[in-house]
Amino acid sequence: MSGTSVEIQGLSKSFDNHQVLKNLSFDIRSGEFFSILGPSGCGKTTLLRIIGGFEEEDSGVVLLDNVDMKNYPANKRKTNTIFQSYALFPHLTVYENIAFPLKIKKMTKPLIKNEVEKYLNMVKLSGYEKKYPKELSGGQKQRVAIARALINQPGILLLDEPLSALDAKLRQHMLVELDSIHDQTGITFIYITHDQHEALSVSDRVAVMNEGKILQIGTPSEIYESPKDAFVADFIGETNFIEGIVQEKGGKFAKLYSETLKTMIEFDMDQSVEIGDKVKLTIRPEKIRVKRENPQKTSSQHFNILKGKVDEIIYHGFQSKFFIDINGFILKAFKPHLSYFEESERIGWKEEVYFWWDADDSFLVEVSK
Amino acid sequence: MKEKKKISFVFFIFTLLFFYLPLLVLVIYSFNEGKTMKWTGFSFHWYEELFTRSKELWNAFENSIIIALLSSLASTVIGTLGAIGIYWYRFRHKKLIQTVSYLPLMLPDIIIGISLLIFFAGIGLNLSLTTIFIAHTTFNIPYVLFILIARLQEFDYSVIEASYDLGAKEKDTLLKIILPIIKPGIIAGFLMAMTLSLDDFVITFFVSGPGSSTLPLHIFSMIRFGVSPVINALAVILIAATAFLALLSKNMQKYIYQS
Repeated sequence: MSGTSVEIQGLSKSFDNHQVLKNLSFDIRSGEFFSILGPSGCGKTTLLRIIGGFEEEDSGVVLLDNVDMKNYPANKRKTNTIFQSYALFPHLTVYENIAFPLKIKKMTKPLIKNEVEKYLNMVKLSGYEKKYPKELSGGQKQRVAIARALINQPGILLLDEPLSALDAKLRQHMLVELDSIHDQTGITFIYITHDQHEALSVSDRVAVMNEGKILQIGTPSEIYESPKDAFVADFIGETNFIEGIVQEKGGKFAKLYSETLKTMIEFDMDQSVEIGDKVKLTIRPEKIRVKRENPQKTSSQHFNILKGKVDEIIYHGFQSKFFIDINGFILKAFKPHLSYFEESERIGWKEEVYFWWDADDSFLVEVSK
Repeated sequence: MKEKKKISFVFFIFTLLFFYLPLLVLVIYSFNEGKTMKWTGFSFHWYEELFTRSKELWNAFENSIIIALLSSLASTVIGTLGAIGIYWYRFRHKKLIQTVSYLPLMLPDIIIGISLLIFFAGIGLNLSLTTIFIAHTTFNIPYVLFILIARLQEFDYSVIEASYDLGAKEKDTLLKIILPIIKPGIIAGFLMAMTLSLDDFVITFFVSGPGSSTLPLHIFSMIRFGVSPVINALAVILIAATAFLALLSKNMQKYIYQS
């Protein structure tokens, strides 16, 4: 098996005058594990259904391996889907469910038996041949659905929030298995999810969608570490936003004045800004350090050092989440519990603290003149 | 607790008596020798008469069975296809059509009977077993449709999409996926149609012609000339047969409401 490539050009779709997909264009490479991440209602499922041939696009083109899919119904495409509800055939046994696509192709019985056994093995369900779907657990149903979709040897596997019905532990486990199946088969995976952890942990690339548009496509670390958009920064992980007017610029760095923080904040320019521009920065809470003592700042380091009062501390096992009050503006900072010695004098509630971050760690997400 | 149990047991006994006492009376009198309500002695006289000298009654019985079988078969086929059509395809005024097809469920039988009579007269169709068959098929379709749409709505539509997705065409999907899944509903619909057809009096009364009597009609006409204990004997046999069938199809309700 080898993966099919996907090319989407100017795809749009509306339901009852509501535009669900707005002129989307992007490529998915052959054999890629590509995730589409977005909140519910962002259009990601519709996009998947159009690729699978269950919905028709209003305009635009879907190319699979450079072939226009315009007149190909779902049963003629090299795609197979793992449905959110698994969609197993309730009246057929596990064996018959998995054998279904081959029976449709009128393959001989011994050949079918051979193939079904191979895929039952792959999803670790040997011995369950005679069970009916209602006798299986959620995770087992999921495996049957995967085997049934893969036995058809598709070029692309479309996964529509496949793990949303499983409990958290099992979800993590299935995710690792999906990843290993992806490595074994080499086919293209298009994975729809609203769960950032799922998307970030296994994907080669992630597309973040909102309101029918793709906001950013990149590797998981690109998406997390350098979000290009306030929505992306906010949707993936937790973050802080700081708004202000640009006051100075020089070299790689610039400074803004924040009305809420009542101070100057230094940041590196990911995009060019002019003095007087209104800008919005994002800074991840784990990039902010918190301490009682004032850290020493040398001129070569581009640090922002601020002072505030601890408003709330939430203990979170391996880390604590600090909510720091600066003139009524709340900033989040996550402090990992690194060692016993450092923690010996824990920072308490309502204490005055210093916190700082490197100007390199913040990202410009909005610039307006 | 004990007091409560006693009360519910008493209620249970009374309910049973209420249901079965009339039937019991009927059973007892079917073995009465005389023709009146006065007990004159035990005898199989009326059973003998039922089985040896009641040709017309058996003729009506045969009609009832034939009509029931044929009309339930026809209405099950039509109703099943209709339900699949309504469920499967997207078209304009789908909800309206669905509501309209349920309407006969709520209409009084007498209205359906009269309208069918006028209709048959209008198109010049002589009243016979054929008109009874058409009438029974007509009033059974909405029931079958109702049961099957309920059954179809229970199962996940993505099963159909999965079938297409895995390479099946419309015909394969219908024969290998949809029909097997709704089979219990089809059986339930058929049994329901049988019951309704065997039971129907009002509609049949309007659309039956000379010589095309069904069992309920025949019994009614017999009673008009005075209650004959032959009917008691027949009723006992019917009760026994019904009880037997009910035990056999214990699962019928389960099929209808199955999750």
